Amino acid sequence: MSELRQRLGRDADGQLDSEEKESELENKLDGETVSDSECKSEVAQVAPVDDTPEVLNRALSNLSSRWKNWWVRGILTLAMIVFFFIIIYLGPMVLMMIVMCVQIKCFHEIITIGYNVYHSYELPWFRTLSWYFLLCVNYFFYGETVTDYFFTLVQREEPLRILSKYHRFISFALYLTGFCMFVLSLVKKHYRLQFYMFGWTHVTLLIVVTQSHLIIHNLFEGMIWFIVPISCVICNDIMAYMFGFFFGRTPLIKLSPKKTWEGFIGGFFATVVFGLLLSYVMSGYRCFVCPVEFNNDTNSFTVDCEPSELFQLQKYNIPTVLQSVIGWKTVRMYPFQIHSIALSTFASLIGPFGGFFASGFKRAFKIKDFANTIPGHGGIMDRFDCQYLMATFVNVYIASFIRGPNPSKLIQQFLTLRPDQQLHIFNTLKAHLVDKGMLPGSEDA
Amino acid sequence: MSELRKRGAGGDHEAESITDKDVDGEDRFGEQDLRSDADVPEVVPPTDSTPEIFKKALSGLSSRWKNWWIRGILTLAMISIFSLIIYMGSFMLMLLVLSIQVKCFHEIITIGYRVYHSYDLPWFRTLSWYFLLCVNYFFYGETVADYFATFVQRREQLQFLIRYHRFISFTLYLAGFCLFVLSLVKKQYRLQFYMFAWTHVTLLITVTQSHLVIQNLFEGMIWFLVPISSVICNDIAAYIFGFFFGRTPLIKLSPKKTWEGFIGGFFITVVFGFIVAYLLAQYQYFVCPVEYNSEANRFVTECEPSELFQLQKYSIPPLLQVVLGRETVNLYPFQLHSIALSTFASLIGPFGGFFASGFKRAFKIKDFADTIPGHGGIMDRFDCQYLMATFVHVYITSFIRGPNPSKLLKQLLVLQPEQQLNVYKMLKSHLIEKGILQPSLKG
Repeated sequence: MSELRQRLGRDADGQLDSEEKESELENKLDGETVSDSECKSEVAQVAPVDDTPEVLNRALSNLSSRWKNWWVRGILTLAMIVFFFIIIYLGPMVLMMIVMCVQIKCFHEIITIGYNVYHSYELPWFRTLSWYFLLCVNYFFYGETVTDYFFTLVQREEPLRILSKYHRFISFALYLTGFCMFVLSLVKKHYRLQFYMFGWTHVTLLIVVTQSHLIIHNLFEGMIWFIVPISCVICNDIMAYMFGFFFGRTPLIKLSPKKTWEGFIGGFFATVVFGLLLSYVMSGYRCFVCPVEFNNDTNSFTVDCEPSELFQLQKYNIPTVLQSVIGWKTVRMYPFQIHSIALSTFASLIGPFGGFFASGFKRAFKIKDFANTIPGHGGIMDRFDCQYLMATFVNVYIASFIRGPNPSKLIQQFLTLRPDQQLHIFNTLKAHLVDKGMLPGSEDA
Repeated sequence: MSELRKRGAGGDHEAESITDKDVDGEDRFGEQDLRSDADVPEVVPPTDSTPEIFKKALSGLSSRWKNWWIRGILTLAMISIFSLIIYMGSFMLMLLVLSIQVKCFHEIITIGYRVYHSYDLPWFRTLSWYFLLCVNYFFYGETVADYFATFVQRREQLQFLIRYHRFISFTLYLAGFCLFVLSLVKKQYRLQFYMFAWTHVTLLITVTQSHLVIQNLFEGMIWFLVPISSVICNDIAAYIFGFFFGRTPLIKLSPKKTWEGFIGGFFITVVFGFIVAYLLAQYQYFVCPVEYNSEANRFVTECEPSELFQLQKYSIPPLLQVVLGRETVNLYPFQLHSIALSTFASLIGPFGGFFASGFKRAFKIKDFADTIPGHGGIMDRFDCQYLMATFVHVYITSFIRGPNPSKLLKQLLVLQPEQQLNVYKMLKSHLIEKGILQPSLKG
């Protein structure tokens, strides 16, 4: 991609009129330039640079170009899926690290696009500031997560305890430092550019960091809440592609001319069925179903618990309409499978809007792919654009319909109250438990 | 302002004709605007929008004094309105904050429209206001759930809305997002994405901070008044010091600011904050958390003032004893906190002002709008306040306030029974350890 830009940059420069050079210069410093738009207008006609690895090139050298592309995509898809399984096998800690790496790579890709669009590599301080803001926001979010889930670990270590008590203040102070540095770094001819990049960085942070944080929350709820949504989105992508390939006729939306209604609807049904099957298979295993907890004694993550009601087989009556079709009167399902229908539906109906948004973005800035990280597929953002909306939806879904508040977080808040408030809450809780019959009523306090 | 834009747009046509054949049709909006802003000549003085009354009253004075008088009168008017609303109570203050937020949002979005000439974008105005509504609904719903718990318990529909609040807010937001995607039009992609991002950054700035202002207000009106007055005082004191003693420029962004003004303003603001805190800390009206009284159906501020607002004796360090001639002094602990707040207002608050100045220079506008004669738009007055509101909120949550007991109780009661039992046992052992609870006689 970079050699493409250089080549076009040289061409465009040669075309500039000498009269325009002065205003051009000011424009260039200020942001958008005519040469920029000229570059972009010519990109469409240039063939993409081929950077598939040598290995694959040799292996597929005798196939025609179209099949070669298909094979490259296929092989890489399989590679990614296998990689995904290995990571799942390695456990929650590795998953968290992978999510974090994906987040950093996505941030880097989007920011690089911003630099390319605005020719702003030479802006003073800006690269440092972008990475600094990424660090600050990550520190804030991961600090909150660590405080919630690793409560006992944090209480033990003195420095961690202080960091977590004044966590918000410290994060805010760090962010403010970055903000003041930005203000001090404003340079006379580059104001607009600097503000654009500031806005670009913040929107990117909003998209990338908050959602990766939500994914980690989902993960802690139980690995199944992480795996099923991601697999549904991937399945929908693949199924919609296949249905479109074989049956596609009516275009779906002008933004993505390759998508068709047949692919969309076929993908929907296939994904719902896939989600049902996958949740059935996964609900049987504790390591997927239990919330991830940090064990103080072994100093590692454990996934061991009594599965909640959601993951215990129950009998459901089939509505009479379907009874004649399926031939059974009742069926044994996990309640989670019903939830998986909701998740798959979202993945197939609304998830694609994330993809359309990314397509629109790429057309707006006239780029073909976000980056060239994965041969045949583009950048990491290209693979993850539909996932983002999904992660937020799952988190909101869990918070609204499944999970109650986090007990250790409540205890932590309780300990900071005044003694009379603590006593009041304790007595109310006791009365409530006695009511429910969980405590013997005669206990004296 | 609008005639300025038209003039600039008129100059466009020559530039356009040269580049028309080169510029791709798709980006006419984006490129057209950016050329025109660079070509706009030095900004001419804004059209004079002061009301007729003023003009007649001040027609005898020279132009410079007239401007000074107008600013002065409007400053006094704003301060009087502010005091009046404080007198009317917390509810009116909340409404005021909400209206200011909406006006700030409107001003910034209008600037975006002008910069990108995007008034004719399909759907966009509707979508911007829709997103504003969604985000406000989300934030105010959370606030209402916390503070109006008793009010909400009584009404069924509200209970449903509260319980699924996040889900409903997210659905509303998603609807807006999908509408945006569906509204993307072939030749205007980049412009639409710019406006989308502009809207979101504006929401991030204006709505989250107005929400934090309201939360500070609920903590006690003093937490709302002292910071805001400190910022206003710093503005005025820095201006006056700069006027009389100003010599060394402070920062290239705002050539009128000087180091003398900055430092003088700092000291004055700390003293001012100290005094205002002393005055306000005596009244329950300012000091008590705002609560909603179900029977009276209104807000009440009545309570036993916390330790922070009770006079305590402090020993003066020996250095100052000589100067002041006393050994101890009676202060409210809150006054010490007010020093921290005033320091922030004078040292870091101005950076919000520099940010806004940089923004205005970047987009070559003189003021955000023309709402207040002599002062510019609402954003011009409130640019320093934003950082202050966030700071006060973070300060309160870190150093002052514990969690809300009733909210905690509500969450405890929602847990699973086994979890409740576990929590109960842990709490019991903690309370016994601390000696708050006597160990039970039974085993």
